[in-house]
Amino acid sequence: MRKRIVAPVVAAAAMLSAPLMRSQTRRDGWEQSVKPPVKGQKSEPARVHDISGIWDPGLAAGIQALGAKVMPDDGTPEHRPPFTALGLEKLNQTKPSNGFRSTLAPESNDPVIAGDPQGMPREDLFELRTVQIFQTPVAIYLLYQFGRVWRVIWTDGRQVPQDAEPRWFGYSVGKWVDNHTLVVETTKLDERTWIDHAGRPHSDKLRVEETFHRVDRDHLELSVLIDDPKMYTKPWVALDKFAFDLEPQTFDVREMFWEPSEFQTYNKLLGDEAAGTDK
Amino acid sequence: MSGKFLIFWALSISVLSLSIRLSAHHGNAAYDSTKQVDLKGTVMQFIWANPHCVLLFDVTDENGVVHWMAESENPTTMTNLGWLKSSFKPGDSITLRVIRVKNGRPIGRIVWAETADGTKLCGEPGAKLPLCGER
Repeated sequence: MRKRIVAPVVAAAAMLSAPLMRSQTRRDGWEQSVKPPVKGQKSEPARVHDISGIWDPGLAAGIQALGAKVMPDDGTPEHRPPFTALGLEKLNQTKPSNGFRSTLAPESNDPVIAGDPQGMPREDLFELRTVQIFQTPVAIYLLYQFGRVWRVIWTDGRQVPQDAEPRWFGYSVGKWVDNHTLVVETTKLDERTWIDHAGRPHSDKLRVEETFHRVDRDHLELSVLIDDPKMYTKPWVALDKFAFDLEPQTFDVREMFWEPSEFQTYNKLLGDEAAGTDK
Repeated sequence: MSGKFLIFWALSISVLSLSIRLSAHHGNAAYDSTKQVDLKGTVMQFIWANPHCVLLFDVTDENGVVHWMAESENPTTMTNLGWLKSSFKPGDSITLRVIRVKNGRPIGRIVWAETADGTKLCGEPGAKLPLCGER
């Protein structure tokens, strides 16, 4: 009797799960089939002072829809950055479309949805997709998939000019602290940007510290520290050893934009109706 | 292994494999993750565009034809999940599971969708389904 009950239940469970087991085909922008990297497999040591390569963060790990990966805006106290009174006041002025404080998408005042550049550090903290890194003897260039944006990290020992005007991506200078670890400081950032997709604010005093650590030839880690004494009572970690895998040199990075025209079409067709703001 | 344990295991696997995480790039406030529905219909149009791909399809019920719309993620994410611009063509039959909007309109977020040839595709990269596995 027991066997008669168990067998159909197990079979039903297998039938429910079986069609879900079809594996996904992974393709690059050139529609070439690309083998997924094997997780946890060490490779040979990397070259000294070299983070160049095409780096992939995996399927969804870099999206960070709820805000910085270490501090997702999920309503828990442990994920709440240490706001100053001014920081809290500024936070209450942002209306993100995701996270604990989310508003309906059409009511969001997210500057990126309006078409502004993400800037730094949000480039690391939202839609962090494939990153291509090139090096010269004096600089490192990072080409981001999302929005096809690039930035430069100067490694020639220069200092940020005192009277430099704020920029979306600020001014980045990098220093090798050991054979495989580059620490990058970015300052003079445009105050109109958000730190992440959860609408965390920053001031003109923001200092972003990125640590790129090349674990071996095929693996790179990125950590990000937010330091803004006007908005936060102490520095806080936004990314902690976020992992990238090296793609083959032949990997073609797919285009990825948030085109305002496609956004408009989407909102007109579905977004506004889903939110109930179409009337 | 006892029969009771086998039944529990089998049911747990099924339930776990069908639970999902809701975290859209934007605009998840419009959806009620507790309201999921399985639908069978006919594809009218598949829009392969940012910020989210949109599937328009008709479902016939006892009251007639209902025009449904369902969104997934952007083309970059969907490509990584095995989707193609040509995955759904007008006239194709389709079976899918969606999370419904709170306002009750025939609009959803795709959890999974099955193409005309029976290929089942993940609709959400973070969904806890075997076919949505993070690599």
